[in-house]
Amino acid sequence: MWQQERRYIKDPTAEAVLYQGRAVFAIALIVIVFLVIFSRYVYLQIFQYQRFKTESDNNRVHVQSLAPKRGLIYDRKGRLLAENISSQSLVLVRERVPDLDETLSRLQLLLAIDDDDIEDFRRRLKRQRPFEEVPLLFDLSEHQIAKVAVNIHTLPGVELQAQLVRYYPYGELFGHVIGYVGRINEREQKTLDLDNYAATYSIGKLGVEKYYESQLHGTVGYQNVETDVRGRILRVLDQTDPTPGKDLYLHLDVDMQRAGYEALAGRRGSVVAMNVKNGGLHAVVSSPSYDGNLFVNGISSKDYAALRDSRDLPLFNRSLQGQYPPASTVKPLIGMAGLHYGTVTPSTTVPDPGWYQLPNDTRFYRDWKRQGHAARISLADAVIESCDVYFYDLAYKLGIDKIHSFMDSFGFGRPTGVDLTSERGGLMPSREWKKRTQNLPWFPGETLNIGIGQGYMLATPMQLAAATVALANKGQWIQPRALNKLGDRELLPIRRDTYDVAPAHWDLIHSAMLDVTQGARGTARAAARGLSYDMSGKTGTAQVVGIAQGEEYDSESLALRKRDHALFVGYAPSQNPQIAVAVVIENAEHSSEAVKVARAVMDAFFLDENGEFKGVSQ
Amino acid sequence: MSQDEFVRQMPISNGASSLRASMWQRLHIDPALLLLLLILTAVGLMVLYSASGQSLATVKRQAVFFAIAYSAMFFVAQINVDMMRRWSPFVYVVGLALLVAVLIAGTGAKGAQRWLQIGGFRFQPAEIMKLIMPLATAWFLADRVLPPRLKDVALSLAIALIPAVLIFKQPDLGTAILVSAAGLFCLFFAGLSWRYIAAVGGLFATAVPIMWFFVMHEYQKRRVLTLFDPESDRLGAGWNIIQSMTAIGSGGVEGKGYLQGSQSALNFLPESHTDFIIAVLAEEFGLLGVVGLLFLYLLILVRGLVIGMSAQSTFARLVAGAISMTFFVYIVVNMGMVSGILPVVGVPLPLVSQGGTSLVTLMMGFGILMAISTEQRRLSH
Repeated sequence: MWQQERRYIKDPTAEAVLYQGRAVFAIALIVIVFLVIFSRYVYLQIFQYQRFKTESDNNRVHVQSLAPKRGLIYDRKGRLLAENISSQSLVLVRERVPDLDETLSRLQLLLAIDDDDIEDFRRRLKRQRPFEEVPLLFDLSEHQIAKVAVNIHTLPGVELQAQLVRYYPYGELFGHVIGYVGRINEREQKTLDLDNYAATYSIGKLGVEKYYESQLHGTVGYQNVETDVRGRILRVLDQTDPTPGKDLYLHLDVDMQRAGYEALAGRRGSVVAMNVKNGGLHAVVSSPSYDGNLFVNGISSKDYAALRDSRDLPLFNRSLQGQYPPASTVKPLIGMAGLHYGTVTPSTTVPDPGWYQLPNDTRFYRDWKRQGHAARISLADAVIESCDVYFYDLAYKLGIDKIHSFMDSFGFGRPTGVDLTSERGGLMPSREWKKRTQNLPWFPGETLNIGIGQGYMLATPMQLAAATVALANKGQWIQPRALNKLGDRELLPIRRDTYDVAPAHWDLIHSAMLDVTQGARGTARAAARGLSYDMSGKTGTAQVVGIAQGEEYDSESLALRKRDHALFVGYAPSQNPQIAVAVVIENAEHSSEAVKVARAVMDAFFLDENGEFKGVSQ
Repeated sequence: MSQDEFVRQMPISNGASSLRASMWQRLHIDPALLLLLLILTAVGLMVLYSASGQSLATVKRQAVFFAIAYSAMFFVAQINVDMMRRWSPFVYVVGLALLVAVLIAGTGAKGAQRWLQIGGFRFQPAEIMKLIMPLATAWFLADRVLPPRLKDVALSLAIALIPAVLIFKQPDLGTAILVSAAGLFCLFFAGLSWRYIAAVGGLFATAVPIMWFFVMHEYQKRRVLTLFDPESDRLGAGWNIIQSMTAIGSGGVEGKGYLQGSQSALNFLPESHTDFIIAVLAEEFGLLGVVGLLFLYLLILVRGLVIGMSAQSTFARLVAGAISMTFFVYIVVNMGMVSGILPVVGVPLPLVSQGGTSLVTLMMGFGILMAISTEQRRLSH
């Protein structure tokens, strides 16, 4: 082989020429290939410029929604009832998380997250905008924050975020009336303005928080931010500030609310205290209550079960949902109706043997006082002593139609329209109602029970308070309202006139109601002893179970939950009424218990720190 | 005009004073090539400053590498070309042994085994092979009658492809391509028959499916697949290409301005200071910057090939041509892969990408070119 090659002589000149040819070819090749590369860059940088420019900006710039600061809620003396405090949440940005399932299961192990929370998170994820943070866990403990901080570098797309969350400094004191905010649920998501709630995770669920949701929430803001590949914000390019929600200044009064709540002392019941002049609600107590703070970050199923399963129904808002027989508290108004329609005069007297009988009826309608109040009793005394027989007679003479019409104008049988949630309307029965619901005619005997606020008649404590305000105002009904000022805008009360009753009739009833607390035979006399101002009112005890004909009522033998409800409605000061209060205590048996609660609430309004009457000033 | 005369009349710098020329000659420096390299170095450091997130430390470290690389170039330029020729077969055998050693006892990361540790010294034999390959192939061919016959072609191919296969096994596809390119271009400049070139092209076409199914690693296949459809794996293997294309495209004609490239500054662009640095340049300086860089590279390549034309021996010619064309392959593979027309194979952009080892071997290659250039000049006087 080598021999064969050596026969050829190397020719350096030919080789140089050969190289030159190849070099020229190589240069041509270089130029052509460079042109190909050049055209590729032309394609990217000229023809695809717009597309990549947009993509680069999308990489760089992200729109972030900014949650507006929720409006604060104050009581009438400027004390905070609902505020926003800072808390740490764990958020994920879907686009930054390489493996969502793996990241979630790691976090679940790390922080002991419920499956429910994971499910909620996946639901929230569905309405996420690109590169938006979605919260996984709220209100992390110090311990959890530390755990996340240690591991965060191995968890791309996971971040800790400071957020403002709702806090209720008075906890269960205002549980029902302020309500609470909670995480937006699936149903709410369907009806919400999703743009405005893009950065908002909670929404008012009950009470003032729900009723004034749109005012409290405010308007969402936006910012364009430049982020790096891990989603960290490097700078804010431009920003549209969110508009904070409006602050609410309520009529509610921490002192009066607390007085009512503490006076109830855990018993089941309700206190509603209303301003006679403007309808403002100073206290709306429902006992037992709950702490709204439990719900803000999602209540644990254990806590919720405890509330839901309690026999005392703490989640039940007795002030608005509790429909009770108003019992004898209706007597002043029934009496007023009698005077107004001329059915009775101030001097009309009725015999009271302790029972009442309708003509051609063998049934006995008993007075709560077995032996009767007096041989003959007048309207004033019947109110003071709460005589049933007088009102059986009066109701029978008035008839259901007049009673219904008169009581309806004082707001019985329909919701007051208070600015709180889940209000019920009670029941003011009528012929039409009975025909419609039971397809039966109205029987005269049924009217008798209405005369003493029993039978079909039901009213909420809110309705009782509003009716008492109308009574104190000599016929002017005012819609109860928790809100006084929205931001700096003061709200005007909504008033409605009831019947134009002669002033003399009002005076008679008012004076009888004063004697309920001050008269020698007044039913609230003992409980009102020592008051430093005049309080007018009317007691009531509502039967919870029907007493069969001829059966003796024996409270000792009745189970605790079958005992009578104690009621009281009242206003003060009697000559120039400022405050009206309605109290219901379930199964408290003695109306004096309700009087004491009403008195505690009034004291909180009228007395100074030394227990002296402050006088009447608004 | 005889071929000799033609060679001698190839002007390097017309009318340069013999005094100045002799100074460059004494230093064994090709001034035109040096100037172009210095400009490229300046461009590289400037782009690196932006690509590294304005890290002065990175730029300083790279400047130190440049200093070492220029010194190595200067040192290599002093070596007699004939001595290079005589030593190249021995160096080739040592290089081959080192490559085998890497496969047996090498160290590395990410499933690749590329480094060899001897005492406290750690190096990549494959890098050195980039330099040895043109010398060894040229040594073999220089003694043959050219154009080479089939037998010589086969032997040269063996010289070129054995180390390439060893490097490919590490696995380091990028370096394997560069090393084999050096040997193959040697053959090309030796006058490899066009028929063989066509045959190799056909062979390559049939080899591709074989490579695909029997030789290529899973990660290499994935790289190829994402080349054709980067969107198929947006957040995975396609991410690099999508982000680099976005960087390039968003630069437009004029670019976003120096230090204004958001893609790399915000870390969307991976490997922005190493293999993907051209994307930073394209984003910040636009198509104009890309054209400028291509033009600079073109001048260097032409200068290298012209040095080959005026070289005194066949060996020197072949070496000069092969080194120049290896440099060309660097550029094409890098700019092609970053812009999404070639698979990502891990080849740096020469003299611009950050990195010490490939920089030193590249500059030593230019040192060889300068040795050739100044040797020829010496004889011409």
